[in-house]
Amino acid sequence: MVYESIRKKRLLTGLATAISIVHLIPFYILITTSLKAKGDFSSKWIFPSNWSWSNFQEAWIMADLGNALWNTTIITFVSALLLIFIGSMAAYPLARRKTKLNRFIFMLFIAIMVIPPLTALVPLYQLVVDIGMMNTHEIAILNNVAAYISLTVFLYSGFIRSTIPKELEEAARIDGAGTLAIFFRVVFPLLKPVTASILIISCVFIWNDYQFAIFFLQAEEVQTLTVALSGFFGQNSNNLNLVAAAAIVAMLPMVLLFLFLQKYFIKGLSSGSIKG
Amino acid sequence: MNSFKRKKFQSSFRSSLWWMYAPAVLLVCIFILYPFGKGIFISFTNWNGFSQTFDYIGLDQYKRMLADSDTWLVVKNTLIYGIGSTLFQNIVGLLYALLLNQSIKMKAFTRTVVYLPVIISPLIMGYIWYFFFAYQGGALNDVLLLLGLDKINSLGNPDMNIWIIVFVNTYQFVGIAMIIYLAGLQSIPRDFYEAAQIDGSTPWQQFKNITLPLLMPSITINMVINIIGGLKLFDIVIALTGGGPGNASQSMSTFMYDLYFSRQDAGYAATQGVLMAIIILILSITALVFFKRKEVEA
Repeated sequence: MVYESIRKKRLLTGLATAISIVHLIPFYILITTSLKAKGDFSSKWIFPSNWSWSNFQEAWIMADLGNALWNTTIITFVSALLLIFIGSMAAYPLARRKTKLNRFIFMLFIAIMVIPPLTALVPLYQLVVDIGMMNTHEIAILNNVAAYISLTVFLYSGFIRSTIPKELEEAARIDGAGTLAIFFRVVFPLLKPVTASILIISCVFIWNDYQFAIFFLQAEEVQTLTVALSGFFGQNSNNLNLVAAAAIVAMLPMVLLFLFLQKYFIKGLSSGSIKG
Repeated sequence: MNSFKRKKFQSSFRSSLWWMYAPAVLLVCIFILYPFGKGIFISFTNWNGFSQTFDYIGLDQYKRMLADSDTWLVVKNTLIYGIGSTLFQNIVGLLYALLLNQSIKMKAFTRTVVYLPVIISPLIMGYIWYFFFAYQGGALNDVLLLLGLDKINSLGNPDMNIWIIVFVNTYQFVGIAMIIYLAGLQSIPRDFYEAAQIDGSTPWQQFKNITLPLLMPSITINMVINIIGGLKLFDIVIALTGGGPGNASQSMSTFMYDLYFSRQDAGYAATQGVLMAIIILILSITALVFFKRKEVEA
């Protein structure tokens, strides 16, 4: 009986190891590719004997990755901050004041979650051209906030309804606090767990966004990492070593953040878990 | 409106605290609802995407869409992407969750490895797998050559590249399904299994009669988010095949992008956008209602 369970455990551990190895194959291929010199046509399975770090340097300069990294960072963080500010504020009355108007607005946010952003692409593109905001950080930020605000409002209002006791707000009101003061001093600090989830979800989605960026950020100086990378791939599809190096640079910040904050990432993404 | 009703309305309006959600509503109206509505209008025109003038042509774009064999090819691909990846992600995700819910050594590491691709951009993930499947110097062909077989042009072959895209999408997002199933498994009380063991039920019976019914809420979430994600597939297609050869691996998203930007056929692109919205709406609501009903039965 005991031996049998030990054998079963070994089998399951073996299975888990095999799954890990299979899932790591693409990363292995990516690393070997990025480290090989230009003329090295050996198989991607073979680890290079001489590591050619110059690919990273060359890709960094050629694809202007420093600039792209900066643009992506700015767009991601400003969008996420706005999402949290505007979204939490919007969720509060929708969770607490059940007027007819508020019920309608809440339904509106739910309905919008089902609209695929791309179906509005043609007129949205035109709108952006008309208001002269093509190739600006601002338009990328506004688009991202609009795209994820419904999800944000949905998560915040669910959290407020299920976990924040009404009595706290009533007590604050008796003490003479106005609605804004109640929201920012009493309610918002209690929203920390869901705020962390929303921060993580929106940062992952927006950092990785390609759909909006490719439409609205085509000029080199405002390019984000994904756009810079896709352009770079187009010009260097014969030199995959360079593309692999650029891909590693582009994904490194998120991967490092993930490895440090794993627990929060997994909790955050699964508690909101809606893919972009 | 009499004065009593008006007062009631005014106080209900005031207590709605509308100004708190006004910025969010404004953003959604400008950047989602207005373009979505205008998209429906444009789908009835022959607009090319840049000229100042366009003609209202009634249902012509819709007739054209229904008669266009590309439409049906692209819809078929999109359904394969949506339904195919949903099935694979859920089956594999559930198996992984069942395995990694056991107390074994590699548990934490394997979870991290399976989850890692979720946070990487789908575009980059597409490029990474391109290195694997590429015809020239791809890792897959190296293996085939080593085995004495011929190289295959898997990304250029319309019968294969669709399924490669499903595979890559599954690989990338199976971590989300796994984590949601793990959370679901951990919420099932242990005593249920202990009682079942005393009654002498087999592991399969336990799975069928305890695990699966109690996991139904996790199944609903996974089905709905995976189907929406799969039907919207864009980045992975762009990175792996660019929608080609021809339109062979085009998804509705990439097809629309192509129609608008490369072929200056904005009116028609908008019509395809309307079709895409309808398909996503129908399938996601069907999945939601179908699995929600199962939850009640459980």
